[in-house]
Amino acid sequence: MRALDRKLLRDLRRIWAQTLAIALVLGCGIMVLVAATTTQGTLSGTQTAYYERQRFADVFSGLTRAPQSVVDQASRIEGVLQAEGRISFPAVLDIGGMEEPATARVISLGDGEGLNLPLLRRGRLPHPDRPEEIAINESFGLAHGLEPGARLAAVLNGQLRELQVVGWLLSPEFVYTIAPGSMMPDDRRFGLIWMTTPAAASARNMTGAVNEISLRLSRSADPRAVIAALDTLLAPYGGTGAHGRDRQASHAFLSGEMQQLQVMARFMPPVFLIVAGFLVNMVLGRLIALERAQIGLLKAIGYGTREIAWHYLKLALLIGFIGLVLGWGFGHWAAEGMITLYAEYFRFPFLLRDRGFGAIGLAAVLGMATVLIGAGRAVRASVRLPAAEAMSPPAPPLFSRGFVDRAIMALRLRQTSMMILRSILRWPGRAAITLFGVAASVAVLVMSYFIFDAVDLMADSVFGQSNRQTVTLSLSAPAPVSVLNEARRLPGVQIAEGGMALPARLVHGHRNRLSAVQGHFEGASLARLIDDRGQVVTLPHDGLVLPLMLARGLGVEAGDIIEVELLSPPRQRWRVPVAAVIRQGMGQEAHMRADEVFARLGLAPMLNQIHLRVDPQGLPALNALVKRTPAVAGLADWAEVRRQFDATLSESLLTMVGIYTLIGVLIAVGVVYNAARIQVSERSHELASLRVLGFTRAEVGFVLVGEVMLLTLVAVPVGWVAGHAMAAGLVEAMSNDLIQMPFVITRRTYALAAAVVVLASFVAVMLVRRRLDRVDLASALKARS
Amino acid sequence: MGKTGLQGTMQSATQGRPKQDLQGQVVFRMEGVTRVYRTGAVEVQALRGIDLALFESEMVVLLGASGSGKSTLLNIMGGLDRATGGQVWFRDRALTHASEAALTAFRRDHVGFVFQFYNLVPSLSARENVALVTEIARNPMRPEEALERVGLGARMDHFPSELSGGEQQRVAIARAIAKRPEVMLCDEPTGALDSKTGVQVLEALYEVNRDLGTATVLITHNASIQRIAHRVVVLADGLVSEDRRNTERLSPHEVSW
Repeated sequence: MRALDRKLLRDLRRIWAQTLAIALVLGCGIMVLVAATTTQGTLSGTQTAYYERQRFADVFSGLTRAPQSVVDQASRIEGVLQAEGRISFPAVLDIGGMEEPATARVISLGDGEGLNLPLLRRGRLPHPDRPEEIAINESFGLAHGLEPGARLAAVLNGQLRELQVVGWLLSPEFVYTIAPGSMMPDDRRFGLIWMTTPAAASARNMTGAVNEISLRLSRSADPRAVIAALDTLLAPYGGTGAHGRDRQASHAFLSGEMQQLQVMARFMPPVFLIVAGFLVNMVLGRLIALERAQIGLLKAIGYGTREIAWHYLKLALLIGFIGLVLGWGFGHWAAEGMITLYAEYFRFPFLLRDRGFGAIGLAAVLGMATVLIGAGRAVRASVRLPAAEAMSPPAPPLFSRGFVDRAIMALRLRQTSMMILRSILRWPGRAAITLFGVAASVAVLVMSYFIFDAVDLMADSVFGQSNRQTVTLSLSAPAPVSVLNEARRLPGVQIAEGGMALPARLVHGHRNRLSAVQGHFEGASLARLIDDRGQVVTLPHDGLVLPLMLARGLGVEAGDIIEVELLSPPRQRWRVPVAAVIRQGMGQEAHMRADEVFARLGLAPMLNQIHLRVDPQGLPALNALVKRTPAVAGLADWAEVRRQFDATLSESLLTMVGIYTLIGVLIAVGVVYNAARIQVSERSHELASLRVLGFTRAEVGFVLVGEVMLLTLVAVPVGWVAGHAMAAGLVEAMSNDLIQMPFVITRRTYALAAAVVVLASFVAVMLVRRRLDRVDLASALKARS
Repeated sequence: MGKTGLQGTMQSATQGRPKQDLQGQVVFRMEGVTRVYRTGAVEVQALRGIDLALFESEMVVLLGASGSGKSTLLNIMGGLDRATGGQVWFRDRALTHASEAALTAFRRDHVGFVFQFYNLVPSLSARENVALVTEIARNPMRPEEALERVGLGARMDHFPSELSGGEQQRVAIARAIAKRPEVMLCDEPTGALDSKTGVQVLEALYEVNRDLGTATVLITHNASIQRIAHRVVVLADGLVSEDRRNTERLSPHEVSW
C-alpha cells in the first residue's frame, strides 16, 4: 500500500468519532431511501405478479340484477379480453364465542377460468352439490380459528342459515380486506365468504342472474371508453357505476401505501444528504487546515495538486462508503421489518423480494456525490495554496470592527461572551452550517411528530366529533323514518338518529367520481360533519358540501355546478351547485341536507342508516338481536373501532416516534459534535491561554458550550419554520382520495422537537467539552499552530 | 581557489562560467530576481534583484538576518514560489514562467528539501515518510538505503513522535536524498536542534554532498556553520551583500555553537 494511502487510513482512524457521526447521518438518509424503495419495490413487484397470476380484473361494476347473458354482451365491448359475472351480497354472521355480530361479503365462485381467481390456502373448495359448504378468507379463518369443518350461523338474504367452512382462500381483490365504510381492516368483524354459484344464487334468489361484473382489458384498451360502454350496458340493470382498479378498495389502499413509501423516499433522504455534505465539508476543511504544512511538504517533494486533492477526496469517499454500507445494511433490515409489518395488513400468497439493486445504485450515486460535493470546496481551496505559503503557519484570522462588532461592544459583555460572538461573526459559514444542521434536525422532528398531531386530530374528529354514536346499523333497504321509533325501543338505546346514503356518480365536465350523497337530518347530534379544525360544518340549504380531495378530483370549486347521477333507484340525475369545499380527515362522500335530498327525490323522508347511542349494559342484548334481524345488513361498533384504531396506532406510532427521534438526534449530534470538535481543535491554543491566565475550566468550557448552544437556540425557530413548511409539503404529498391529512401542528410538537434537539446538542457538546479538560496547557501553548 | 569574496560578488552567471576547476557546471542561474509580497495594503520587497549562480557538487551556506530574503530565495530555487521579476534557470530550463505542473515535475525529479521543522507526516513511520518520495521519484534509492545513509537503519519503523528532533531531521534528510536529487535545499536544518544533534545532521548533509556530489544550499542563522561550506553567500535586505569561497573547510564535528 502506498505511503499516502496509509496516511489516509491513519487519518481516518484518528478522526473516527467524527467519521462515524457523519457516516451515521449519511447512513440514515440512505437507510430511509433503501428501506422505502426496497419495500415499495417488493410490494409493487409482488402485486403485479399476484394480479397477473390470479387474473385480477381491470374494470368492476355492481348492478341490481341482470341476466347472465349481459356478461357475454360485456365481453364484446371493444378492448375487453374477458368478462365475468357473479353474485355478491352482504351477510351478518353469528360466530361462536363472539358476542357481537360479524359482517361478511358473500361472493359466488366461478368455474376457475374467470377473473379475480381466489387461491386455495387450506382445505378445499365448496362442493357444488352441498350448498351449506363455504370457503372463507384466510385471515378471517385465522382470527376465529375457523378451521375447515367448523360451522357458523349466517343471516343470508333475511334467512338464518347454518354454514360449514371447508377451505381458506386468498384473493387478489382482497389483499387489503376492509369492510365497506370502515377505516381499518378488522379480521374478526369482517370476513369474505365464497359459495358455489348455485348456492349463492338460491340464497339471493338470483338464479340465472348476476349483480357484479368484472372485466379484463387488452393492453391497448382505453379504460375510460370501456367504463363508459359498460355503464351504458348496465344502466337498465341498475348499474352502480363502473370503475377501474383505482376505485377498488384493496387496490386503492395498497397503491396509497406505495405512494406514501415513495413520498418518504423522496422527502427524507435529501435532508440527511445535505447535512452530511455540510459535515464532510466542515470536517475535511478542518483536517486540511490542520495538515496545511503537510500539504506544503507533499508539494515540496513533488506531489501534484491533483494527487493531493485526490488524496483528500479519497478520505471523503471512504467516509461516504462507510455511510453507504451502514445505510444499506440498516436499510435492508428496516425493509425486512416494514415488509413483515405490511404482511399483517396486506395478504399476499407470496412475496417477490426486491433485491434493492436499484436503490443501492441510486444511494451510492447520491451518497458519493454528496460527500464529493461537500469535500470539493474544502479541498479545492486548500490544495491550491502555493507550497511555500502552505508550509508557513496561516495568518491569524482577521477580526475587524464592523458595525455588528461595535454593536456587540455596546452590550458590554464579558470577554468570554465576546469571544463567542466574535467567533460566530468571524466564521459565519461554519456557524451557518451548524445552524442549518440543527435546524434540519428540529425540522425533521416537527415533520415527524406532526403526524401524531394529525392522527390525534383525525381520531378526535372521527370518533369524538363526527361519530358520537355507539353503533351504526346499515339497513338492507331504505325504511321510512318511523323505523327510528322501533330503534328507540331496542335494548339500551338512548338516542336513535337516521342517515341516508345514496350511491352516486358525481360528474363535472369529462371528470367523474364514484361517491355517495350522504343526507344529514336536521338536528342530528350523533353523526355530524366536522372539518379538519374540529368545527361542525353547517350544511347550506341549497347544494352539496364536498371534501377537498373529491373537489380536486372533479376539478370543482365552491359555486360550480356538478351533475349527480344516483346509482340506486330512482336513478335520477340532478344538477347541484357546490356550496362549499371542506378539508376533512376521512371520507369521500358528498354531503347534503336530508330535506333537500328528499325534495329533489320527490319522496317522503327515508333512511338506510340508524345511528344509536347505547347504554353499554344494553349492548349485548342489542348485539344478539341484530344477529337475527334480517333488515340489518351491517353493524359498526364505534367504540370497538376506536379501540382498534388506538391499539394499532399506539403500537406503530410508538415505534415511529422512537425511530424519528433517533434520526433527529443523530443529525443534531452529528452536527454539534463535529462543530465542537473543530472548535476545540482550532482554538485549543486560545482556550489553553485562557486557562493559563487563570480562567476556570467552567469559564473556558463556557466559550465552547456557549457558542454551540447559542447557535442551537437560534436554530430552533428556524427549524420550526422549516418543519412547518415540510409538514405542509407532506400533507400535500400524503393525501389521497382515501385520506386527507389535516394540517395542524400543536405547540406540544414544537416544544418536544426543540427539547429533544437542545438536549441532544447539549450532550454532544458536553462530550467534546471533556476533551478541553484533558488539554495539556504547556504543550498546547508550545504547539505551532 | 584564488577568488575572493568580492570577486565572487561581482561574478554573475551572465559573465560566463567561472574558471575554477573545482566547480562543475552551473546548476542554478539567477538574474535580477525580485519578489514582492502583498498582504492587504502592505507591500514587502523580499528580494530586490538577486544575481547568483550555483554549481554542481557545491555546498553553499546562505547567511543573513531574519527578513533578509534567504527563505524566499530558497523557495524560488526549489520551485515552491515564483519570482516577481528577473530570470531563474535550472540548468537550461527557465523556471520563471513554468507552469504549476512543470514546477511540480521539477521538484519531483530534481530537488530535495529539508526544513527547520522537519515537516514529517506524523501518521507515517520513518520508512513510510521516505517512501512518500521513493514512490513517485524516477530513480530512487530504497527507503532503507536512504535511512541507513543518515544512520537511522535501526529506527525505520518508528513514528515521528517516537524520534528525537535530530532523528526526525535525519529522516527528513533521508527523504530528501532518496530520490537522488541534483540539488538539496535546506532551510535552517539545525535551527531547532541543540549543538550536538545539529552536528549529526550537518554530518549527514556533508556526507551526502561529498559522496553523491549533490549541490547543496543551506540556510542558517548560525555563523559557525559557514565554515563547512565551499562557499558563503550573505543576503541583506533582499540583495547579495557578500559572496566568498572558504579557503579551508572544516568538517562538521569540528564545528560547535
